[in-house]
Amino acid sequence: MQGMIFEWLGVQPGPLATLVYSVALVAAVFLPAVMLFAMFAIWWERKVAGHMQSRLGPNRVGPIGLLQSLADGIKLITKEDLTPRDADRLLFKLAPYLAFTPVFAAFLALPFGPDMTFEPRLAVGLFWILAILALEIMGVILAGWASNNKWSVYGARREACQMVSYEIPLGVSIIVGVMAAGTLNLVQLGHEQGGGIHTWLIFKNPFAFAAFFTYFVASLASNKRAPFDLPESESELVAGFHTEYSGLRFAMFFFAEYAAMFVVGGIQAALFLGGWNDPFGLIGYYHRQFVQSENGLGIFLVNLIAVGVFVTKAIAIVFVQMWLRWTLPRPRIDQVLYACVKVLLPITCVLLLGAAMWQLFVPEMPGIPWVDYSPWNFGQWARAGATPALITQAILSLVGIGLLTAIVTWVIYAAISGRRIKQRLTDPAPIDEETPAGAEAAEA
Amino acid sequence: MEPTMDAALFYMFALMSAVSAIAVVVSRNIVRTAVALLFTLVGVGGLYFLLHAEFLAAVQLVVYAGGTLILIIFGVMLTSKSPFSRYEPKLAEVVIAISLGLVMLTALVAAILRADFGRPRQLAEPLAYPVDKLGQALLGDFLIPFELASVLLLVVMIGAAYLAKARRKDSTTGEHG
Repeated sequence: MQGMIFEWLGVQPGPLATLVYSVALVAAVFLPAVMLFAMFAIWWERKVAGHMQSRLGPNRVGPIGLLQSLADGIKLITKEDLTPRDADRLLFKLAPYLAFTPVFAAFLALPFGPDMTFEPRLAVGLFWILAILALEIMGVILAGWASNNKWSVYGARREACQMVSYEIPLGVSIIVGVMAAGTLNLVQLGHEQGGGIHTWLIFKNPFAFAAFFTYFVASLASNKRAPFDLPESESELVAGFHTEYSGLRFAMFFFAEYAAMFVVGGIQAALFLGGWNDPFGLIGYYHRQFVQSENGLGIFLVNLIAVGVFVTKAIAIVFVQMWLRWTLPRPRIDQVLYACVKVLLPITCVLLLGAAMWQLFVPEMPGIPWVDYSPWNFGQWARAGATPALITQAILSLVGIGLLTAIVTWVIYAAISGRRIKQRLTDPAPIDEETPAGAEAAEA
Repeated sequence: MEPTMDAALFYMFALMSAVSAIAVVVSRNIVRTAVALLFTLVGVGGLYFLLHAEFLAAVQLVVYAGGTLILIIFGVMLTSKSPFSRYEPKLAEVVIAISLGLVMLTALVAAILRADFGRPRQLAEPLAYPVDKLGQALLGDFLIPFELASVLLLVVMIGAAYLAKARRKDSTTGEHG
């Protein structure tokens, strides 16, 4: 593709031209996409917060307040870019970029669709994302340190403590999932889960099922999301590590946080929730069909739908992260560390051992087809042999299908029973009218 | 990836490592030194990446940049009194460091001059070094060194826990213990 564009423009390929091309690609496609998501997520978070607290959230700028983030962005751009007099100027200015760039690089390996990944050959995609996300902390710590402010340094210290300790359960939970799949390549992970909800890794063995939740808790902490938002706990530390920041640099930290939420949710979706695959295995099936028959349009359409499914899953996880922020109180830092070292870490270690034992002693399911699965051929199910793994998987899958059905029914019920969605988002409900709070949140 | 892209990225990462390595030496502010070291490590990680040693690149980032450096800065934050602790080397230290550096430089230059780079070879394919082979080597052929390293780490961990516990007894716990 790069060569094609060069030919079209009549440019001699060389280091300089390539560099300009890459920079232009990043600036024109990559950055706006990430920014757009971050802006949407910030608006959404405020909307969720509003509805959970019986308020409306932003509702003046644009339809249902959608353009609020844009307006805030413009405001932040025009604000004065302050640097405290006694701050370490160089590091102070550098820190927001250090926080933002790694998150950005993590999008490189996220599997948006079977053929829509920026670097599909990355054999260690999952590990790469973990490694690059670990760099983000550097920006936060530097921000706190360079501000030369007591509260900022406290925030930075807490971030360092929290991050270094929660990285371990995070990594171990991922390994539990990886053991069930046998690959670190995110695209391959997606292909392996291409046969319907029962092939999703979360339902492959009970340990992966538990690791899904430990991963979620650890990812909250590593993203400094509530209830683990101690680095910026506004009721104690003013605003923590970004107390001294203003204008666009302040906004960068927010972009970094929301982009990281998406990345973490994306990993969870790709590793445990089947990535770009739908619960019926249709996407995986049709992708294989179209690749075999070399149907270009078909492959493109399947990819497009796959991207939609993947983004929906990742956003659903981000939504749960938002929920929790407005539900749970914030623990003290020693409680946070206690929860990590004495609770979460032992649990994940047991899960790791259990998953290893499972791989060793429970035979692979002979009946369930992993590769040539067809959602229309029910005979395949009958041929499956009854092994302990198959029974566990069937039970877990039933739990999953039940949960999925419950959520879908709940959303549909909320949509039918409530007032029109737009009205719900803009007009305040009369105080005496009883509205189910959960239904509101589900729609917001 | 096209060779031009590789070349451009190679020069970028090489420049990044070299410039920040000089900054590590020149800067007297410890935190700034650590930040410069971060860029050096990331640059070297990028070079590994270009050689398709993705696993090594990721390890470089997660162990050195993500772990060790954070601990360095954390240590500085906890120990130094003034926020911008400066490092003032003594004359003897400078002399020792320069002489050590010269010995190292001579050795490196001699090695580079003697090395036969030959013609540039085709870069390895992305999947030439699969991670599973690496894991099997670590837990198969090199099991004893691997386990010895983990015993060493265990000793360090027990020692750290013991020291921390001994200090806890005679001091009131602060926010971060």
